[in-house]
Amino acid sequence: MMWSAARALAVRDLQLLWRRRGDSLQPALFALLVLVLFALALGNDREMLARVAPGALWVAVLLSGLLALDTLFRGDAEDGSLEQWLLAPVPLAWLVLVRVATHWATTALPLVLAMPVLAELMALPRSDWPVLFGSLLLGTPLLALLGAVVAALTVGMRRSGILVALLALPLYVPVLVFGAGSVTAAGQGFDPVGGLLLLAAGLVAALVLAPLAAAAAIRIALA
Amino acid sequence: MTGDGRGPADTPAMSPNPAAAAPLIAVRGLRFARNDQPVFGPLDFAVDAGEALLVQGDNGSGKTTLLKVLAGLLRADDGEVRLQGQPVVPALRARVVGYLGHLPAQKADLSALENLRFLCGLHGSRPGMSLEDAMATVGLAGYEDALARQMSAGQRKRLSLARLWLSPAPLWLMDEPYANLDLEGIELVNRMVQAHLREGGGAMVTTHGAYAAPPVRTRLLVLERPA
Repeated sequence: MMWSAARALAVRDLQLLWRRRGDSLQPALFALLVLVLFALALGNDREMLARVAPGALWVAVLLSGLLALDTLFRGDAEDGSLEQWLLAPVPLAWLVLVRVATHWATTALPLVLAMPVLAELMALPRSDWPVLFGSLLLGTPLLALLGAVVAALTVGMRRSGILVALLALPLYVPVLVFGAGSVTAAGQGFDPVGGLLLLAAGLVAALVLAPLAAAAAIRIALA
Repeated sequence: MTGDGRGPADTPAMSPNPAAAAPLIAVRGLRFARNDQPVFGPLDFAVDAGEALLVQGDNGSGKTTLLKVLAGLLRADDGEVRLQGQPVVPALRARVVGYLGHLPAQKADLSALENLRFLCGLHGSRPGMSLEDAMATVGLAGYEDALARQMSAGQRKRLSLARLWLSPAPLWLMDEPYANLDLEGIELVNRMVQAHLREGGGAMVTTHGAYAAPPVRTRLLVLERPA
């Protein structure tokens, strides 16, 4: 039952994404745009570019995630799908987790996979790429899970664009600090493992707690 | 009833299968208020298997709210609800209650069949009944690949009915099932309710008038706006 509901939800999300593939590319294009502008603005100073690269890459990924956040539950709230989630014989938190997982796989994962291109654009030394890749693989799901709680909290409001950003950013800051920090540390020859481990710990905690918190918030929003 | 009567000696009067004898839903003293404004209640009623309860009332008399409370979307302030004789827990409610609300829960960018497949995957469906059969039952044969955005309000309502038809839940909570439907569609709802009741199901149907009612054993619950 759990798996068939999860599969039904994932298949639906992928079908919807395919039907609106123009919209679904927007967050990735936004991140690309930010980085291209960075590269153009600092273009003739490769060393400077390499120094700001970890921070800029992470900020671009984070902001593009924020851009996609409002769509996470809003459509489902407006057409009554969330009501049906609540009535389904599987836990709401499970459906939230599946929704966040497909959301991450379709908005953040393509960016992470495009990282070699973006890192090259930002003149990040090749030796730092594995750490960047690892930090994003741990950090972006964590951002998606934290964002899901915020999106669920604001799902009852009509226009919540900037409120979502205001609520999410304080939660995002530690992720940004440890994510970008570990890449910077690796670039300066320090051991980046500490930051990565903290991201991993945050991810494990969020995997367990965030769906429960988001489910509780959805219940309140629909009541 | 007090005590859980574990030994057979404690429960001589109970039938072998209490769920079959108990009403599908029994409600006692159910009350709901929004911001200290009473919306309905206290209400007492029961729906047996093979029986329909027609909930009537003016606009704003709390019909939709009552169904939402029973479906578990809203929390009642007071009162007791029993499903098949047992106190309500989420797992039991998900098994017993099928809810047809105002919102269709259909994605405009998905086809009728894709929408139906998702909702049935979410809720589970009756074994041995295909999605195509259900669509034919509600008169949507040939519309399988039509996008929901291209369908009329009545057709989307029919798609919601197909979803309810596929649901394994014995108790249907139908909020304004006649809205947006043509005469043939109203007839369809009545036929569906009739067939569902014949199989031992039950239904609660809200309407704001008596213009349409399924030709089955019907009880009436009239809601009035609290003074």
